[in-house]
Amino acid sequence: MELIDNLILGFTTASTLWNLLFCLIGVLLGTLIGVLPGIGATATIAMLLPITFQIGDPVSALIMLAGVYYGAQYGGSTTAILINMPGESSSAVTAIDGYQMARNGRAGAALATAAIGSFFAGTVSTFLIALFAIPLTAIALKFGAAEFVSLMVVGLISSIALAHGSVIKAMGMVVLGLLLGLVGTDVISGAPRFNLGIREYADGLNFVAVAVGVFGIAEILRNLENEHDRSVLIKKVHGLMPTREDFRRMAAPILRGTALGSVLGILPGAGAILGSFASYTVEKRMSAHPEEFGKGAIEGVAGPESANNAGAQTSFIPMLTLGIPTNPVMALMAGAMIIQGIVPGPNVATEQPSLFWGIIASMWIGNLLLIVLNLPLIGLWVKLLTVPYYILFPIIMAFCSIGVYSVNSNVYDLYVVAFFGIFGYALMKMRCEPAPLLLGFVLGPLLEENLRRAMILSKGDPTTFITRPISATLLVLAAAVLVIVFLPAVKKKRAEVFVEESA
Amino acid sequence: MKSIRIDSTNGLCGAFFIACGLFFAYQSWILDMGTALRMGPGYFPLLLAAVLVLLGIFVLVQATRVQGEPIGPLAWRGMLLILPAPIFFGLTVRGLGFVPAIFITAFTASFASVRMKPLAALTLSVGVTFFSYLVFSKGLNLPFRPFGPWLGF
Repeated sequence: MELIDNLILGFTTASTLWNLLFCLIGVLLGTLIGVLPGIGATATIAMLLPITFQIGDPVSALIMLAGVYYGAQYGGSTTAILINMPGESSSAVTAIDGYQMARNGRAGAALATAAIGSFFAGTVSTFLIALFAIPLTAIALKFGAAEFVSLMVVGLISSIALAHGSVIKAMGMVVLGLLLGLVGTDVISGAPRFNLGIREYADGLNFVAVAVGVFGIAEILRNLENEHDRSVLIKKVHGLMPTREDFRRMAAPILRGTALGSVLGILPGAGAILGSFASYTVEKRMSAHPEEFGKGAIEGVAGPESANNAGAQTSFIPMLTLGIPTNPVMALMAGAMIIQGIVPGPNVATEQPSLFWGIIASMWIGNLLLIVLNLPLIGLWVKLLTVPYYILFPIIMAFCSIGVYSVNSNVYDLYVVAFFGIFGYALMKMRCEPAPLLLGFVLGPLLEENLRRAMILSKGDPTTFITRPISATLLVLAAAVLVIVFLPAVKKKRAEVFVEESA
Repeated sequence: MKSIRIDSTNGLCGAFFIACGLFFAYQSWILDMGTALRMGPGYFPLLLAAVLVLLGIFVLVQATRVQGEPIGPLAWRGMLLILPAPIFFGLTVRGLGFVPAIFITAFTASFASVRMKPLAALTLSVGVTFFSYLVFSKGLNLPFRPFGPWLGF
């Protein structure tokens, strides 16, 4: 059977000693940054991007970066449970009941529940990716320029829907991101655009530099506004093993969370965050004891944790099969492939089968490593929670500088870092989300190229986007998402969800 | 007459969108537009810039109606010490060499925090320099010279 053959190829690729090592480095690094304050997965992957260039083998590089991403989900839930501070936005929901469990002296059980749920979800979603990859690439190969345009529109619109705060501002961010992505030489006519006459920006703004500036530096500046220590409530975690009653209560939420997270993760723009919120809501509705939610219900940890891990993994599907990144992390993964000379898209599965299946298999291995390593290492992570922020950011600054410089050995890239650092900080001050901006930045050139090609193919007829069935379906989807975010009921609910998250 | 109150966060944001939009519109204007059939290099950006200006106006109008969250404190010290750090590194890594460049970068950045003590900053910077040298120069074989020509090497 093809699926089995593919998985065997994947597992043999991913389980070479070298790739296992990178997987291990990735998940450890991911957990570390998930635990450490003020530094997220997006910024870390952005910083690691240039270094992956030195690794040489694209499979190892991507395995490591993927490990950082889902490792950070684990680390993020650890801080959510122990100090009520979600390390990653997707574990915000876990903090609600997880922290209460910790206060009731059940930190160990909460951590174990999160780990078990994540592992189960990781296993299921690995198989889902393997199952859907081939049919989706087959569809994607039928895509013309018009379909790609519509697909990117869906991705951009969804990222607007999922941004915090004002929808109008998020739209502005997407548009501004698209414009910034167009800086550099126009591919078709060769005309230089928006580079203010600086020759070094003729190839466009360096993606790594922009990402490090907007996510890394801006975040540091914001953290420096008011420095405060993190107080760790739980000094020592014991009683890791959940009781039999716990297992009975977590089973159904894990199954439901996995299903919800997997489906929502595939949606462009959604990633892991949406799944965890949806799962929490569902569990609260279905529970026989809804009054326990918010006071340490184990279901409130099991469901969302499974959902966010499932979503984190299935969000790889659009990037791997269609070449369309649906969230900033996937945009960075696509960037890593491009650095290695691989064009992300439907051809990857057929032309680079060992890369494609190797990454998929490595996700399952990575999840296994996480559960095996992290539960015993909990003590170490707890200690790391107390590292003060002022120790961290000079280290981050040094690594950012080295990393970005090493891509092109060009000081102009570091000007971009500084500029986008203050730019990103200004955006934060104006309550604008940087995620849609970065997605726009990556998709800008792709969108323009396909738009121009589609118009030429249709002889200047813009109805091509609605007369081709796949394209039309995608646009209807985009329109539906847009209508939904503007519906008064959803608008109110959306505000509530995001308030809950930032609380 | 009722005076118009503009919410500072949103007012600034609207003005920012409009300014960015106008900048890109102006820059696109001097490029070849082309037609919808054969779009020139200026067509798509001009379209986007126009949308951005419109969104900016929308945010600005909203700003006169609703009072949002205040801008809050600004990290002046952070901006002053953090932003020049990468630029300094880029400008000196060849001349001074990798070791002094990374040391000074980390050392200056350290003082962006009011809590950092000079001795701690020194220890931290030495540690970062040593670690980076091991990882990037030795481990990953990045082509950096540890000490550069400005220091007589």
